[in-house]
Formats: sequence, C-alpha cells, structure tokens
Amino acid sequence: MDNTLPIEITVNGRRRALDVAVHHTLLDVIREDLELTGTKECCLVGECGACTVMVNGRIVDSCLMLAVEADGAEIVTVEGLAQNGQLNPLQQAFLDKGAVQCGFCIPGQLIAAQALLAENPHPSVDEIHEGLAGNLCRCAGYVQITEAVLSVAEGEHQGEHR
Amino acid sequence: MQTFAYESPTTLAEAVALLDAHGPDARLLAGGTDLVIRLRDGSARPGVVIDVKRIAELCPAIREHDGTVTIGATTVMTDVAANELLRRHFPALAEAAAVVGSVQIRNRATIAGNVCNASPAADTAPPLLVYGAVVVAVGLQGTRRIPISEFFVRSGVTTLERNELLVAMELPVPVSRTGAVHMRRTRRRGHDLASVTLCCSVDEKGMTRLAYGSVGPRPVLYVDESGVLADPAATDEAKAPIFERMFADASPSKRSMRASPEYRLAMLRVLGSRAVRTAIERLASLRSVEA
Repeated sequence: MDNTLPIEITVNGRRRALDVAVHHTLLDVIREDLELTGTKECCLVGECGACTVMVNGRIVDSCLMLAVEADGAEIVTVEGLAQNGQLNPLQQAFLDKGAVQCGFCIPGQLIAAQALLAENPHPSVDEIHEGLAGNLCRCAGYVQITEAVLSVAEGEHQGEHR
Repeated sequence: MQTFAYESPTTLAEAVALLDAHGPDARLLAGGTDLVIRLRDGSARPGVVIDVKRIAELCPAIREHDGTVTIGATTVMTDVAANELLRRHFPALAEAAAVVGSVQIRNRATIAGNVCNASPAADTAPPLLVYGAVVVAVGLQGTRRIPISEFFVRSGVTTLERNELLVAMELPVPVSRTGAVHMRRTRRRGHDLASVTLCCSVDEKGMTRLAYGSVGPRPVLYVDESGVLADPAATDEAKAPIFERMFADASPSKRSMRASPEYRLAMLRVLGSRAVRTAIERLASLRSVEA
C-alpha cells in the first residue's frame, strides 16, 4: 500500500503540482522529488535544524512536516536565497566572516537567519542566539555565524552584493 | 516510515465520525512535532492519520469574550507567546510557550498537541493549571468542558474519550490582580526538554497557585489559601511546611536520562521558592503601575 495525494506548492517562486506519498515528509519531497538537495537531512527528530525551510514565511523543520500538510503553501529553501546568480547579503556575510566550515548546517542556518532578520531587522546578540537555537553546528562555528548575521543587521552587507 | 491513510476533514462532525469509525487505529495530527517522530520510529503505527488543521472550529485564534479568553486548538506556540491578550492576562502562559523547543518547533507545535500528548514535561501544562484552564472537547455525545486539573492521567494519556477531540482551551481572566511566572530547568540553554517546569501565581487576596511538571507521571497543581506563601514578610520556617506539602506529589522517574530524581527534587524546591518570590514581585509591580 502506498497512498499518494496530489498537492500544489510554490517552491522558491515556482509553482509545482506533485503526487506525493502521504507518509513522505516535506523534506523527502524537497530532496527526492524536487531534487533540491541544499536542504539537509540529519537528526530527523527536530533537534538539529539542518532541514529548516520557510513555509508561508515561517521556518519549520521539514523533517517533521508531512508533504501533504504543505498543500497550498509557499516554500523557500536555501536555493531560493540567491537572485539572478548573486548571493544575497546574508550568504555573502557568511562567506566573508568565515561562518562556513564543513557547510552541512549552513542551508538551515541561512534560512533561520533570513527569517529572524525579516521579523527583527536589528536583533541583539541574544536574539540571534535565540533565533538560531534550533540550528546546531557541529564545527561549532557559532561565533562567526553570529557575526555574519550581526553584520547584515548592522548594514555592513546591505546592498553591496545586489 | 510506514504508510497510512491521510484524512484532512474540514468540519468537526467529519472529524468525530472518522475518530469513531477508526477508533484506536486513528491518530490526530496537529503540529506533528511529536507525532511525526513517532510515525518515523514506529512507536505509533496508525492506519489513519487525521489532520485537524483544516477544521474551521479548531483554527488558530485567540479571542476574549465575557471574561474568558479562548485559544483555538491549532494555535501554535509562536502565536501564544506573542499574543497581546495572553501576555496581558496570562503572562506565564506566554512565557512557557516562548521556551518550548526552537523557533522551528514553536512555529508548528500547537497548544492542543502540547496538552493532548500529555508529556509530563509539557511546558504549557503548569501555567494552564495555574490559570484554571478548561479544555473544550467535542465528541459524538456533544461538547464537554473538562477542567485541566482533571485532564492529565499519565504520559500520553488524558481523560478525553476515544471519539473526542480538543477544540479549544478556555481561560478565565483573573478577577483579582495576579502576579505570575513560568520557570524551568534544562540541561542546556536554547533547545531542550525541561528537567523541571513550573508556574506560580500569587493574587492580591493572598492565594498562591503553583503547578509543576517533569517530576512525575503528570503535572500537578497545588493551591495555598493560607496567605503564608503570598506574604513577602513570611519567614522561611513558616513557608517550609507548605512547600513540603506542595511538593509531596513529586515522584520523578528513575529511568529518565535528562536528570536524576534527586536533582529534580532539589531543583523543584529551588525553582518553587524562586517562582513564589518572583510572582510576589510581579504582583507588587502591577500594584505600583496601577497606583
């Protein structure tokens, strides 16, 4: 038995109509069906944040959401951050501050940071720590990650890389 | 993950009929932050998953009517934490919602899921007990209002009937001026389950309500009407026997890996007296703001 249902989602601005298995998570569909492998699979229990994507403007662990639940939703993955081949300010800041070590957690970190800045454009260091508390970095690059987010919040990277 | 049938009813009647037809083979899905983990690890193997998020009566909403604030079942923690009405009348509930999981979890986890999952460590349970919340449940027999103090049985078990689902949570707006606080102890800062989760309120008539979780099979409420705990001038000797009675029902599991029973009991006492102090301070600052 392999139940499927049709869903329609918008991923990084592009509308997609798919038949998904009801027991597949949004993460499964993003990686396997849409072949957008920037979003990472890791702990599968909602602790590490590697699978973070934005659903209707809010970040979620895509490993804890069934794909069928996303029917009608607007989704942004890490592939949706760069525009016209240009990294967005946050991505550039992560590179400039050396926030990317092994890189595995970075897609999730970027999406979480993007959501944080959208809601709170000038967060304090504590607010950045809280906003990214659901994203673990095994390389322990937290200092550089925080610096990168802060530099965008303070305008260091605004507009330079547009 | 083993497959299942997925139902997404849009009316309450449809949802109740599905629950009735499938009995224990059905599981309700709200935010999924607990259920999807269990579907994946095989500890839950329902034939039918009923997604309740498209049912109008359960929609995320927080409204006040006639001295009662009603929270729709599928309201997520992020919205409970940020809501102005809740922050004004039930600040300790907003505080508790703000420390559940991470941003990602709070954007999905619902108030109904937090109580129906009936984890002893549920952070919203102590404030809901302290504020005297009422669970509104709908089933085949109609609507039932269950005081939250009669709702929790043990981990994963509540007094909901098999064909009932939680529709909303009702909170009576306190009639007396009340200072309240939620506190918890975790292994690490950031994103962790509570080793002790606790809420205390003190009102201007001298009533202290204290509820705690993660130190036994279910969260517990204790009410002190003697006025001693609420009295900022009361001595530690006067308060000690009340705290003893208050914490007599704590029986932390020896099997939990989060903290030893000894540590939890010690921290329960520390957090308990700290929370009483903070609630008294908050009550006093409310008085001075209104004076």
